[in-house]
Amino acid sequence: MAHLVASSECWPFTGGASEFEVEAGTVRGIIDELERRYPGLGRFIDKRMAFAIDGEIHQDAWFAEIGRDSEVYLIPRIGGG
Amino acid sequence: MSETLEKPVAKAPALKIVGTRPIRPDGADKVTGRANYGADFSMPGQIVGKILRSPHPHARIVAIDTAKARALAGVKAVITGEDFPDLASELVEGGEAASNMRDLALNVMARDKALYEGHAVAAVAAISSDVADEALRLIKVDYEVLPHVIEVEAAMAPDAPLLHEHLYTEGLEAKPAKPSNIARRHVNVRGDPEAAFASAEVVIEGRYTTAAVHQGYIEPHACVAAWAEDGRCDVWSSSQGQFMVRTYCAKVLGLDVSDIRVTPAEIGGGFGGKTTVYLEPVALALSRASGHPVKMVMSREEVFRATGPTSGAVIRVRLGAMKDGTLVAADVELKYQAGAFPGSPVGAGCMTALACYDIPNFAITGWDVVTNTPKVAAYRAPGAPIAAFGVESAIDELPLKLDIDPIEIRRRNAVRNGTKAAYGPTFQNIGYLDTLAAIGESDHYRTPLGPNQGRGVAVGFWFNVGGESTAAVHVAEDGSAMVVTGNPDIGGSRASMAMMAAEVLGLPIDRVTPVVADTASIGYSMLTGGSRTTFATGMAVTQAAEKIVADLRARAAKLWETSVDQVEWRDGQAHCLDPAKPDRKPLTLAALAAQSSRTGGPISAQVALNAQGAGPGFGVHVCDVEVDPETGHVTILRYTAAQDVGKAIHPAYVEGQVQGGAAQGVGWALNEEYVFDAAGRMENPGFLDYRMPVASDLPMIDAILVETAPNPRHPFGAKGVGEVPIVPPLAAVANAVRRAIDVRMCDLPLSPPKVLAAMDSRLD
Repeated sequence: MAHLVASSECWPFTGGASEFEVEAGTVRGIIDELERRYPGLGRFIDKRMAFAIDGEIHQDAWFAEIGRDSEVYLIPRIGGG
Repeated sequence: MSETLEKPVAKAPALKIVGTRPIRPDGADKVTGRANYGADFSMPGQIVGKILRSPHPHARIVAIDTAKARALAGVKAVITGEDFPDLASELVEGGEAASNMRDLALNVMARDKALYEGHAVAAVAAISSDVADEALRLIKVDYEVLPHVIEVEAAMAPDAPLLHEHLYTEGLEAKPAKPSNIARRHVNVRGDPEAAFASAEVVIEGRYTTAAVHQGYIEPHACVAAWAEDGRCDVWSSSQGQFMVRTYCAKVLGLDVSDIRVTPAEIGGGFGGKTTVYLEPVALALSRASGHPVKMVMSREEVFRATGPTSGAVIRVRLGAMKDGTLVAADVELKYQAGAFPGSPVGAGCMTALACYDIPNFAITGWDVVTNTPKVAAYRAPGAPIAAFGVESAIDELPLKLDIDPIEIRRRNAVRNGTKAAYGPTFQNIGYLDTLAAIGESDHYRTPLGPNQGRGVAVGFWFNVGGESTAAVHVAEDGSAMVVTGNPDIGGSRASMAMMAAEVLGLPIDRVTPVVADTASIGYSMLTGGSRTTFATGMAVTQAAEKIVADLRARAAKLWETSVDQVEWRDGQAHCLDPAKPDRKPLTLAALAAQSSRTGGPISAQVALNAQGAGPGFGVHVCDVEVDPETGHVTILRYTAAQDVGKAIHPAYVEGQVQGGAAQGVGWALNEEYVFDAAGRMENPGFLDYRMPVASDLPMIDAILVETAPNPRHPFGAKGVGEVPIVPPLAAVANAVRRAIDVRMCDLPLSPPKVLAAMDSRLD
């Protein structure tokens, strides 16, 4: 089960909770599961957040794989100049 | 002088093109004036568009009377906010991250309120520039002038003039009872900072400020737009992304993206400032209203008053350390101006502020605050230089207090592979320690200084990004290749795309032509920004070239009547490995191309992808200054920047990125700032008064490219390189001045009067 840590941007949806255990094989699975647990959060994540999976940043990558022991961080999307 | 530190990769094939320094493919066009920039394009029947801008930083628009302007001979169209759809608040991905389309549209053309001096309130199209100017003078706008607020902390005050009555702070535990100018709070906490501060043997504390500064691209915004009778639209413009222009124009005007074709002009600098639209939707609306193609070119004054600078900011830093220099606690608060609409880069500031340090206990709080100034736009490593100025200035007090070398104190606290970054994930494949060592062991760092001179060190970090890119490779009948991408070349991407394709195909670089295509001629690509193009689009180019090689091998196999696994592609030729056919001589790409019509048709391949896993980069800068004790003028004597670049595809271009970032950072540190009068009007909207560094202000900036940690996600190991080098210079310069004058200066820019006052303060 992947361990997921969400940054403060997600707190309004989670009531301040920031760490979750999620059974999901892909980014899309995590989004769906978080939407189920906290209505609105999945859609928010899909638009506003990036996934750092085992140290690598993924943006708009629904099918990126999540390992059973993956470290997953939800961080604000990153742009640049 | 520049150098490269490499770690040889075992079994890696020797590279013939990647890592060399060929002549840039756009060089001749640029030095001969053949390159077509945004303002160079013209169309038959074209007329001139101009914008009326608010003279007030905050005012309600009571009424706009355009009758006299419309009646003026030669005026073909007059438009106001009423001529644009009144959009709902909606996040749309068009640039790099989602933008609020209502805010974007209201920034393009105000409706009910002008929110900064320079905010567009009306526009005209006329047969000449003079007629357009006269028409602007004839438009009467009835303003109700409102109190304004410029500075970030003043805007956060409970009694501050309110820009948006609907703006409630996000990111708090509960929705606040009333609106404010604070759009969002960001929080990142690890461990128990207050307990760690209680145990710290040394505590450093400081408050630092930076001024709003502009990206300072030499080419002003410019475009030509044509709205045809059948509703199809063409736009030619200078931007960092033709697809971004297409998406935003479609949204602002209520069009389908299929109705708009955008052709990218050559771009004369962007640095993040051309990742949004200002003129293009207005030019299209004027073209629709007038029936003519409309050309719009901003003046320099308009660029300063109406396009995005980056934030002015207040940074508060508290650090706790042990006597051996080990950091045990940090508390960082960042307050960033967003300008007229929410969306400062404070989130990235929070994530990068402590990214170079392994600190067990910290709290980082960021505030995104709207002000009556132009909406900020991205500027290289958005948000990171500001945060680094505060953190690196505070860190710099530790070696002074503890008598430890500045590089050594950073090494002791450095993140490394396996460290959990302050923003969350665990670092992999980073070359930060090698980058620190490169400066620590450099000739520069060991050279003694003279009187009134000081040496400053600072470090910086940027994530880098990937994203969506499309690339096509077409082989011509003569065996040359064309590489087509959808990314404007703002920093050498044409050269790097051509080099990566040439490396895979085995062609000389002068046989590969890179082309930046319009939105109808190549698949979608995110804009050029975030140091993503050589990484992400480079992956697409490399994979497209690999598809070409696979095709060539298959054709050679058919010609030789053998299996494809008996054909090897090497040095631009197909080689037959089949022992049963020893007489098959190698087939060059040119020979295969010449027969392409008979072997399957044109040789062409396209790859579209969404690149993930861009590797982060680190920079370490050292700067020597001399301060004139009579005037306070700071001279940059010597500057060396080392950077963890993965693998430099074209080292000269990478050095150029490093040097350019350092030069812009020096300007931010020493001279650049938006100066506002009491009425909230910018007093220095021109390069005479807004002082950017020029060549005579700078020494040769030495670049050290550290290639010890190639990015395993990229076929050649490249990491983004354009953002990192602007992160350390603000603090590197300030730290050097600190040592030269023995006074810590916390407020940028370090202009001569302020430096002189700081030196005088030593006498108090």
